[in-house]
Amino acid sequence: MTDAYQEIIYTKQKNIATIRLNRPDAYNALTPIMLKEITKSLKHANKDPEIRAIMMTGSGRAFSAGQDLHSVGEVTRYGDFLKSSYHPLLKMMRSVEKPIVAAVNGTAAGAGMSIALAADFRLVQPRTKFVSAFVNIGLIPDAGFLSVLPRIVGYAKAMEISVLGDPIAGTEAVGLHLASLCIDEAEWEEQIEQFTRRLADSPARAMGLIKRYMYDGMDQPYDVLLEKEAAAQTIAGQSADHVEGLNAFKEKRTPTFTGH
Amino acid sequence: MSNNEYIRVSKTESFGIVTLDRPEVFNALNWQMVKEIANQLEAFDQDRQISVIIVNGSGRMFAAGADISEMKDESPVSLEYADPFRDWERIMRIKKPMIASVHGSALGGGFELALHCDCIIAAENSQFGFPEVTLGVLPGAGGTQLLTHALGRRKALEIIGVGIPISARYLYENGVVNVVCASEILHEETLQFARTFAKRPAVALRAIKESVLAAEHQSIHDGMLFERKNFYLTFATDDQKEGMNAFKEKRQPRFKGV
Repeated sequence: MTDAYQEIIYTKQKNIATIRLNRPDAYNALTPIMLKEITKSLKHANKDPEIRAIMMTGSGRAFSAGQDLHSVGEVTRYGDFLKSSYHPLLKMMRSVEKPIVAAVNGTAAGAGMSIALAADFRLVQPRTKFVSAFVNIGLIPDAGFLSVLPRIVGYAKAMEISVLGDPIAGTEAVGLHLASLCIDEAEWEEQIEQFTRRLADSPARAMGLIKRYMYDGMDQPYDVLLEKEAAAQTIAGQSADHVEGLNAFKEKRTPTFTGH
Repeated sequence: MSNNEYIRVSKTESFGIVTLDRPEVFNALNWQMVKEIANQLEAFDQDRQISVIIVNGSGRMFAAGADISEMKDESPVSLEYADPFRDWERIMRIKKPMIASVHGSALGGGFELALHCDCIIAAENSQFGFPEVTLGVLPGAGGTQLLTHALGRRKALEIIGVGIPISARYLYENGVVNVVCASEILHEETLQFARTFAKRPAVALRAIKESVLAAEHQSIHDGMLFERKNFYLTFATDDQKEGMNAFKEKRQPRFKGV
């Protein structure tokens, strides 16, 4: 399962799939090949019925330094490039029904930060740095950044991060809601697994529906979302995990969710 | 009900369901399949137990389009003599409400079939489109006419001329799709929608469908006259008397369909 990819490593451990960006010498800078491979592996993980959570992380010291500027040399129309390289990945991250955790092991700059933002959860280390490097080269933050960042940190802070481009340290990230946990390097591997495992052992149906309608709901009028919530609850209410949850509650035991 | 090769037929409540059933080719519509659909729709139309007809697809999608392998070697003359599209006309003449219940994709002939129906209920992740142009042809079963009636000249030309799929959401916002819902509950929502029709007096409903369809191809003057005659006609039904009496007596009407 680890073959077939050149620039990422895809592994599967019980019910967790890990996608490791694997160009450590280039700080995992994103190339069209890597973007395609991440998209493909996400699609694969989404279809695999055993997988219930997905972790994305980077090899070496960085999460990702952002777009590999060598591979865009000839491209003048960035819009076309974004549409063909990044948008399929970003849409895939949204449509995957399983939770995606970005284990941001080091610097996440530019589009690397965008991809971390597109995940459903972020975990960081004290050495992690989020850098919106775009404005330094006269560009705007892209790859979903402008949509997601203000929703996470609020408009004013998002403006500051985007325009001034000062790095945000891992230690600040939790306070800004940019990360769920800041974990020391010594405990990193163990704790990111623990966090992801917790998601993987949650009721998958409900998790998928929460993801779908929470993102959807941010762009919808209240009464439309109420309708969708009701429909989603109908679906969740028919899941085996709901029955298990109810039984466990009545029997005063910890539920074992199977993801069905 | 058993001689069908490409569709599955079922009944639930007072609904007749036609399920496109060639999942191995994404329910590509061949001529035989369209004939079977038309035959079955007519049978349901004649069946007094059936109030509403539902059309859906089995497997991953509603229908991916027409069966290309079947037609690629045809000539204009062979097509003229066989006139394979004439079965579609029969679908247009069904008098009971027809609901398309669309999941996955409804492309080409699949989209045309959905547009032949009176209402469309679509899964929120479903998509619609006319890819015919990418094969060097155009829709042949009413796509250019039905979509233009539904969306207007400009959007229809873009969608059919470029051949890029459009979302259920877009069609919902523009009045082509009636309900968009989560794919998991598509069937439930479709039945729910069908029930709202099933409760209504059947003769009035037939007259309403006929008059609404007339609005698409008659002058407004002729259409108004047509509607008026239909209005008068409903006064020949028991349901009109029941409906108006119930209203006067402040109770729920009990319609019998006569």
